[in-house]
Amino acid sequence: MAKIVVDGNEYEVNPNNNLLQECLSLGLDLPYFCWHPCLGSVGACRQCAVKQYRDENDEKGTIVMACMTPASDGARISIADEQAHDMRERVIESLMISHPHDCPVCEEGGECHLQDMTLMSGHNYRRYDKKKVTHHNQYLGPFISHEMNRCITCYRCVRFYDDYAGGTDLSAQASHHHTYFGRHEEGTLENEFSGNLVEVCPTGVFTDKVFSQAYTRKWDLQTAPSVCTGCSAGCNITPGERYGSLRRVVNRYNSEVNGYFICDRGRFGWEYVNGEDRVQSPVQVLDGDSKEMSDDAISALFSKLAEGGVIGIGSPRSSNESNYALRQLVGEANFYPGIADDEHAINQLILKLHKDKAFHSPSVREIEQADAVFIIGEDITNTAPRIALAVRQSVRNKASELAELNNIPVWQDAAVRELAQQERSPLFILSNAASRLDDVAQQTFIGTCAEQANFAFAVAEALEGGTPAGLTEQQQKLLPEAVEALSNAKRPLIISGSSNGSIEMVQAAANIARALSGDEPSHLALMLPEANTMGLELLVGPEQELGAALKRCASGDVQGMIVLETDLYRRAPTAEVDNALSRAETVVVLDQMRNATTQKATHVFPVTAFSEQESTYVNYESRAQLSFQVHQSVTDARPGWKWLTNGNADINSIIKDCSDEAAGFGSLDGLVPRISQFVAGLKIPRQSHRYSGRTAMIANRNVHEPKQPLDNESVMAFSMEGMPAMKDASILGSTWAPSWNSNQSISKFQEEVNGELKQGHTGTLLLTEKTESGVPFQANQGEDASNSDRLTLSLAFQIFGSEELSARSPAIQKRMTDAYVALAPADAARLEISHGDAVALDGGAVAVACIREKISEGSCVVHCGAQINPHDLAGAVSLTKTSESLSGNGLSCLIVSDLCEESY
Amino acid sequence: MQKAWIEKMYSLIKDTLLSQVVTLWGVFKKLFVEADTVEYPDQQPYMFPRWRGRIILSRDPDGEERCVACNLCAVACPVDCIALQKGEMEDGRWYPEFFRINFSRCIMCGFCEEACPTNAIQLTPDFEMAEYVRQDMVWEKEDLLISGCGKYHDYNFYRVAGKQISGKDKGEALNEAKPVNVRSLMP
Repeated sequence: MAKIVVDGNEYEVNPNNNLLQECLSLGLDLPYFCWHPCLGSVGACRQCAVKQYRDENDEKGTIVMACMTPASDGARISIADEQAHDMRERVIESLMISHPHDCPVCEEGGECHLQDMTLMSGHNYRRYDKKKVTHHNQYLGPFISHEMNRCITCYRCVRFYDDYAGGTDLSAQASHHHTYFGRHEEGTLENEFSGNLVEVCPTGVFTDKVFSQAYTRKWDLQTAPSVCTGCSAGCNITPGERYGSLRRVVNRYNSEVNGYFICDRGRFGWEYVNGEDRVQSPVQVLDGDSKEMSDDAISALFSKLAEGGVIGIGSPRSSNESNYALRQLVGEANFYPGIADDEHAINQLILKLHKDKAFHSPSVREIEQADAVFIIGEDITNTAPRIALAVRQSVRNKASELAELNNIPVWQDAAVRELAQQERSPLFILSNAASRLDDVAQQTFIGTCAEQANFAFAVAEALEGGTPAGLTEQQQKLLPEAVEALSNAKRPLIISGSSNGSIEMVQAAANIARALSGDEPSHLALMLPEANTMGLELLVGPEQELGAALKRCASGDVQGMIVLETDLYRRAPTAEVDNALSRAETVVVLDQMRNATTQKATHVFPVTAFSEQESTYVNYESRAQLSFQVHQSVTDARPGWKWLTNGNADINSIIKDCSDEAAGFGSLDGLVPRISQFVAGLKIPRQSHRYSGRTAMIANRNVHEPKQPLDNESVMAFSMEGMPAMKDASILGSTWAPSWNSNQSISKFQEEVNGELKQGHTGTLLLTEKTESGVPFQANQGEDASNSDRLTLSLAFQIFGSEELSARSPAIQKRMTDAYVALAPADAARLEISHGDAVALDGGAVAVACIREKISEGSCVVHCGAQINPHDLAGAVSLTKTSESLSGNGLSCLIVSDLCEESY
Repeated sequence: MQKAWIEKMYSLIKDTLLSQVVTLWGVFKKLFVEADTVEYPDQQPYMFPRWRGRIILSRDPDGEERCVACNLCAVACPVDCIALQKGEMEDGRWYPEFFRINFSRCIMCGFCEEACPTNAIQLTPDFEMAEYVRQDMVWEKEDLLISGCGKYHDYNFYRVAGKQISGKDKGEALNEAKPVNVRSLMP
């Protein structure tokens, strides 16, 4: 610790940081623009000027930039000094010379860092009477609006987009006061994290286009802390609601999980919540006619279902509570996961590995700290995007190491990058086609799932000291490199997952991690396909398989089935599902959206979306997190567990029951805050203290204002009244602090910059007990089934389109590709298929042909989206050209590095 | 003894009777003065232009809606009686999809007018807003929007603001230079 003096007061600070960061950690108000807690310092904006004194006798002092000055022991500075204050005021005056006077029509207004800093610096009147510099805007795709006139050239956008997220299509152009931030030509911003520009930009250059369509000021949004259900990363988000509809999603800080950034699927994939495709009310379908059900009919139905003889199918996108309530209703033996059988087997293996002493499942923050990463088969950019962003940071650890050796502080961002140049921590990627992380990878290996698994097994064997046989020339070259990098690393990390449906890959990943584990468990991150796959898998045994459930149904053995938030046509072969659904007497489907399964149901019940319910989810590392209800549903939707318990439970009791009864969920109950924890038992308001229009919002319907809706179950209230969230940061929906209206106010809620939230909750790990210590898996030398006609098939995923619910959001749909089949140029030439042709897979499902350089010959990679049921496809397919065509965007939105668009 | 009684009577008359006479005289005098009260509603009083009465939404000198749905009036309102929703015209202008004032809550404080950055919302001298049915005191945009500029004749937000709308390109607002050519190396 170092002691510094700020304006005569002595503070203890961390000498490894800069003065600005430490001042903010201390809660002092010091304006800044270009510095960002995750991006470090570059000293571009000159806004954080403070006066530094040599010693206590120095009365003159010199002005320094706080962000570029180390918080060294004995430093004496003044923020309040008149000259320093004057400098900050003048700097912002010059930054504002060309600012366009359009705050009223700017989406950033009211949560604008520039507005806050202008007020804080004391500048209030534009004295410059010459003309303002103006710029043309660009079209940047369906997510982001561009308004370049508002720019103050802090360079944060390109530093995030290019340096942090690895984007290539946003750059700083021109020079001096003409500096322009945009693409080389108009077009969609390609990077998967482009949405973060909205939050990174201190003013309104990049704004949320989807939010703007039904724009609401920050203070008018009803918010609550929530968890993203887009993938298994479990990022924390803050959805905002106004006038009964969801308006936007922004990042919510969690030091262990997502930090300051979320992916575009999470940020823009929520529109389905307001969609017309939502199930509106509980209906019974009789001979094709649907009839709304009365309350009596509903309770009669559920009483009958509770008598037994019914099977239940749980959902990996449902909350723990709903899955648990269904398991309670149908009994453990009749409860099956809504997960394809091969994936289920892998997920159960992953659960087993979680309990193994040799492994530790790292959080996103821990992934960022890895110094060698080995990815086997999992296309994390598309299946768990936030993890890919973390891996991209991990390769920078080499740069930090070099900086330390050369006595350069790590926060000196530009200097560290200059020093490191292309030096990166090793990253190895085994994949079935080029991945979006290849640009920072040391080596990549492209092959079929079996080839990847075999190579990974070989790496494990070599790490154990063996000499693996049967490797190709390329593999023999790669092997020593990978072995050396992994064995030299202090914090190696192995990543794989279950989305490919290949259990060998996960076994091989476990073998490598086991070979690397010593006294400490080694880091093994195994991704799961959906938001609560882990939670569902904890509730079922390995022997409970969906296929078996469908068979029981088809045999007429059961009276009915309850399908909870599962579109069976995405989980099992179409024929099997058809057969089961047609034989079952009663098919009760509870879901948010209408889909192929709800169409075949006899009873359909609407369930609440993620923002309409309080619920818990478990992410890939078994971190259980509580997501609060943001707003009330405008339909008859209720949480799944509410229907399934016939209204006889509340959220607290169901979580308590789940915690007590279900194995592995013991610490779930601890997530729920109790009202007694808060001052005077006051609830936490969901609305800000400036929430406007309360006496007019619904006055058109009735001028006599109704009582605010009551929330008897939660510690949060649908009201402005109560104890504001700032007093208890563990329930922090929207951040706000006096003088800090923008999201930069987060530093006021952190223990220290980039630290945990004060009194904060980062979630609870469910699987902490390590009971087993396993043995390495045997490599399964399965021969490739491919021959000259049939191509070995593996699955591809897309950040936009592969997740079921977000794919129903209009903005996401504009970025989705049609179902495609990617194949190597040689195969395409042989089969006389050109890029963009429609092809039939085994004469059935239609997909667009996509010719890619980096794909192994004799194999193909199929992206299914919602257009193809992946379980109808065989392990190897034949491709034939067809005249049928798909109605979507084609391949125009496909962003991969290895397209060969020329025809054969 | 008697003298004291006379003095007492004198002071009594002086304090009570005399004061009544003086009051009566004052009232009597007013018979010949013009009355301050007016015969409302037959006679209408003169209302000052800056009187804070019925709220209107005005149009800019070009006849377009001035309100850009920035929501500042709503947030300034101490009784929260203004609710609106932002929409966007095809030409790029922001406008309120709906704009509602619940006059049964309004306290005519004028904070909304003070907060308005475009001079759209204005308070007028009209105070005759009584209704028999309270529901009728909820006014929508159609009821609030007038066809003129109200008190401020010249101001047009979009002529000043850098926001591009069709008919006014980048660089055409007040005090703006022509847009930069980023490919040029000229200073």
